Amino acid sequence: MTVTATPPTLALARHEPRRATVSIGGTWRVTQRLPRLARARELLDQSPDTTQLDFDTTALTDWDSGLVTFIAGLEQVCRERGIRCDPQGLPAGLRKLLGLARSVPQTGRGGHAMQAAPSFIRRLGSDSLDLIKSTGEIMEFFGEGTLAFRNFVLGRARFRRSDLWLIMQESGADALPIVGLVSFLVGIILGYIGDQQLKDFGAQIYVADLVGLATVIQMGALVTAIVLSGRTGAAFAAQIGTMQVNEEIDALRTLGISPMEFLVLPRMLALIAMTPLLAIYADLLGILGGAFVGTVVGSLTLAAYLTETQIAIGWNHIIQGLIAATVYGAIVAASGCLRGMQCGRSAAAVGQATTSAVVTSIVFIVIAAAVLTILFDATGLS
Amino acid sequence: MTTAADTGASIAPDSPQIRLEGITLGYGDTLVQKDLSFDIRRGDVFVIMGGSGCGKSTVMRCVTGLLEPWAGRVLLQGESLWEQPPAARSMLMRRNGVMYQSGALWSSMTLEENICLPLEQYTDLAPEQMRAIAEYKLALVGLAGYGDYYPSEISGGMRKRVGVARAMALDPDTLFFDEPSAGLDPISARRLDELILELRDSLGTTMVVITHELDSIFTIADDSVFLDAETKTMLATGNPRELREHSPIAQVRTFLNRGEAGAYGSA
Ligand SMILES: Nc1ncnc2c1ncn2[C@@H]1O[C@H](COP(=O)(O)OP(=O)(O)O)[C@@H](O)[C@H]1O
Ligand SMILES: [Mg+2]
Repeated sequence: MTVTATPPTLALARHEPRRATVSIGGTWRVTQRLPRLARARELLDQSPDTTQLDFDTTALTDWDSGLVTFIAGLEQVCRERGIRCDPQGLPAGLRKLLGLARSVPQTGRGGHAMQAAPSFIRRLGSDSLDLIKSTGEIMEFFGEGTLAFRNFVLGRARFRRSDLWLIMQESGADALPIVGLVSFLVGIILGYIGDQQLKDFGAQIYVADLVGLATVIQMGALVTAIVLSGRTGAAFAAQIGTMQVNEEIDALRTLGISPMEFLVLPRMLALIAMTPLLAIYADLLGILGGAFVGTVVGSLTLAAYLTETQIAIGWNHIIQGLIAATVYGAIVAASGCLRGMQCGRSAAAVGQATTSAVVTSIVFIVIAAAVLTILFDATGLS
Repeated sequence: MTTAADTGASIAPDSPQIRLEGITLGYGDTLVQKDLSFDIRRGDVFVIMGGSGCGKSTVMRCVTGLLEPWAGRVLLQGESLWEQPPAARSMLMRRNGVMYQSGALWSSMTLEENICLPLEQYTDLAPEQMRAIAEYKLALVGLAGYGDYYPSEISGGMRKRVGVARAMALDPDTLFFDEPSAGLDPISARRLDELILELRDSLGTTMVVITHELDSIFTIADDSVFLDAETKTMLATGNPRELREHSPIAQVRTFLNRGEAGAYGSA
C-alpha cells in the first residue's frame, strides 16, 4: 500500500433538522488507534433529536474490519435509539461485508455469546438454582436406580450377565496391583509414624495395634475407594458419557431398554461386590506394610508383630471395614454412572463428566466416612 | 374433523401411520419448533427437511418417544403416544426402528450382538434363531458375514447400514433415518438411498428420513415437511418436486433450488 497512514477521523454534522451525517475519513485499519464507539455515542448525544443518519466517506483513504465492526456497532446504537441509518454513503465493499455479518442465521440461543458476564449476585442465584436442579437429578437417579434394583431382586431386570462379569473383572481383578501397592505404602506410612511416636515410650509393639486397627476399620476401605473412584468411577462416566454422545443410549431407550437397568445396574452390582473384596486385600497389604516397618525399623519379630495384630483386631472391626467398603463402592459406581448419564452431547462433555465423577465420589466418600464413624459408635460396633 | 380415535372406531386402513397434531417442543425453556401438524401416510418415504439446527432430530426424538412435547399429540396409527402410561408407550415405541445420525451401534458388542439385543429383549427365540435373523438382516443391508466384527472395525458407511439392520430387528412399522447420508461419500450415500427405497418396496415399511441433501430428497421422497429455524415452525408440506416448482413460499423454493430463487419467484 502506497498510501501513508493518515489518522482516522470521525465527525458528526447536521444540515437538516433531525438529519445528521457521520463523516469518516483517513485510514481505518485495526493496526491504528481507532475512535471508540463511545465517541460516536457522545456525538449522537449532542443532537438527541436526530432520526436519520447518513454517511460521508469521501475522505476515507483505507479501511479494514476495524471500520466494519465500528459501523456495525454504530448501527446497533442507532437501532437502540430509533435512528434510521442510510448506508448509501458507505463504500460498496463495506456494505457487502456488513450484510454478510447480518445474514449469519440467528439461532434460538444466539444471545448466548453476547451476554455480559453475570454479576456476583446473579451468579450466586443461578448457582443455587443449579444446585437445586442437580439435587433433583441425583434424587431422580436414585429413584430410578432403586426401581432397577427392585427389578433385579425380582429377577426382571434386563441386562447382560456377561457385562456384569466383564465389569467385575475390570474393576476388581485388574485393580489388584494398584490397590495393593497403595495400601502397602499407606501401611508403611502409618507404621513409620507410629514407630516414631511409640518408641519414646518403648511401646513399639503397639505399632501393630495402630496399623492393624486403622487399616481394617477405615484406611483399607478408604484407599480402595479412592483408587476405584479414579480408576473405575472415571471409566464408568467416560463409557456412559461416550454412549450418550454417540446416541447409543437413545438407541437403547427407543427399544424400551432402560439404561438404568442395562448400564447402571451391572456397574453398581459389580462395585458393591468387588469393593469389599478389594478392601480385605488392601487390609492385608496394609498390615504387611506395617509389619515391614515394625520388623525393619522397629526390630520386632514378624511373629510377634502378627500375633499382636491378631489380638488387636476383632470381628467388629472387620465388619465395620466391610460395611464401609460396600457403601464406598456404591458411591463410586453411582457417581460415575450419574455423571455419565448427565453427560452433554459433545466430546468435551465426556471429559467434564469424568472429572466431576471423581470429585463427586471423593466428596461423598468423605461424608460417608464421617457418618459411618458416628453410626458405628452409636450402635456400639466400634 | 373427526379422526378414528375420536369416534372410537377401529383404525381405518387409510388412516395415517403417524399424525402430528399441534406439536410444540423444546429443551428446558428453549423453544425448538412449534405448531407442527402433518400426516405421514403408510408406505411412504417421508422426508423431514430444513437447515442444520432447525430441530429435525428433535422432532424425531419426540415422535420416537424420547422427548415429551410441550403441547400437541403424536398419533401412531391413531394411538396417542404421549398420553399412554409408560408401559403402553414403550410397546408403541417398539413399533418404530431408528437409525441414528452416527449409527449409534453399541460399541462393546459385535454387529451380530447389536442386532440380537432387541430380539433378546422382546422375543423368546432360541439363540441360533436369533443369530439366523441377525445374519439375514445383515444380508439385507449388504453386509452378510460381518456378524463377528465390532463397530470400530468397520467404516462409517457400513456402520450406518448396520444401524439400519438393527433398526429393522423387530420388523418395525416405521423406520426413521437421521441424516443417513451425513458424512458419507456420494456413492455410499446413493447406496443408502437405494437401500431405503428397496426396503420400502419389499417390506412396505413406512420410512421417515431426515435429510437436507437435495439429490437424496428428490430421489426418495413421496412426501415431506419443511421446518424453518427462524420462524420455528413448518413452512410447507407436500411432495418436494412439486414444492420446488409451485410452493407459494419463496424460502422453500429457494432451499429446494440450491439457494437460487425458484421458477415461481423469477416469473
Ligand atoms: N440435548 C439438547 N439440549 C438442549 N438443546 C439441544 C439439545 N439437542 C439439540 N438442542 C438444540 O435444539 C436445536 C435443534 O437441534 P436438532 O434437532 O439437533 O437440529 P437438526 O437435527 O435439525 O440439525 C438446536 O438449536 C440445538 O442446539
Ligand atoms: Mg440432527
